[in-house]
Amino acid sequence: MRWLVGFGRFWYDFIVGDSAVLAAGGAGALILGLLVVEAGSPVLAQVVLPLGVVVTLTAGLRYPRG
Amino acid sequence: MSGALLLLTSFMASAVETVEALTIVLAVGLTRGWRTATTGAVLAVLTLALVVSALGPLLVQYVPIDALRLVVGALLLIFGLQWLRKAILRASGLKALRDEEEAFRSGVAQLAGGPTHRNTIDWTGFVIAFKGVFLEGLEVAFIVLTFGASSGRFGLSASGAFFAVGIVALAGAAIHRPLSRMPENTIKFMVGIMLTAFGTFWGGEGVGIEWAAGDFTILLLVLFYGAVAGLLVTAIKRRNVHQGHQLGDSP
Repeated sequence: MRWLVGFGRFWYDFIVGDSAVLAAGGAGALILGLLVVEAGSPVLAQVVLPLGVVVTLTAGLRYPRG
Repeated sequence: MSGALLLLTSFMASAVETVEALTIVLAVGLTRGWRTATTGAVLAVLTLALVVSALGPLLVQYVPIDALRLVVGALLLIFGLQWLRKAILRASGLKALRDEEEAFRSGVAQLAGGPTHRNTIDWTGFVIAFKGVFLEGLEVAFIVLTFGASSGRFGLSASGAFFAVGIVALAGAAIHRPLSRMPENTIKFMVGIMLTAFGTFWGGEGVGIEWAAGDFTILLLVLFYGAVAGLLVTAIKRRNVHQGHQLGDSP
């Protein structure tokens, strides 16, 4: 059990690192892109996704330990 | 075009991580013997190569390409944002620049207390060298693996890593000192931008976006994120001047 917790923690640290804002924001930007594509606006999605990434980066800098 | 960017990203990310791993190996070599340091480092590199060569073909063969691009894109995006955030904080003075000389000195000081038998393997030194190279290399292995799987160009992405590891290892062996003159933050800045661009591109394809500019979109995204990152550094620097922020310690 302890090994499993350690294994999970390793991958959490490896992927999420020291900013959960970036991990959640990155995933959120992709979900937003998916929703825009599903809504029938694939061209708009090409703008929305990079903008979502920029918002995520800015938020990650604003809340560095979030 | 995207092939050259892919090769360059793989090369630069590998070079940065190899410099960090080299610092650990040199500290172990000087304090616990070169046989211990090189054995640990070589075994770690072989383990990483095995992981990449075993997982790479499996990923391509059994995972649908759209699902693969979505997962890989999301992970690269998060990785890229982490690299970029750290590089922006360092470039703007909010975080101290990584100092390989200092990391090397502190590594040597920590290891110097133990017993040394230079002709046999020292297991403490071996574990430290192995772990250092394996953990620093894991990020590179991940990038090589995901780049190779998403683009279908394993050879290209592995070549970038191979050349970077070779060049840095040769330089380290020649001077027996950490490569402190390497502009590590500048390279991390560029890799962060490139990973974020590739992550956006592949993640976008994974959610169903058909990029109007095709592969050329990657270059456009690199330019866009580069401009945004530059603006963010300038904005933070200006805020620092007004508020008088102090540098924080950083790994």
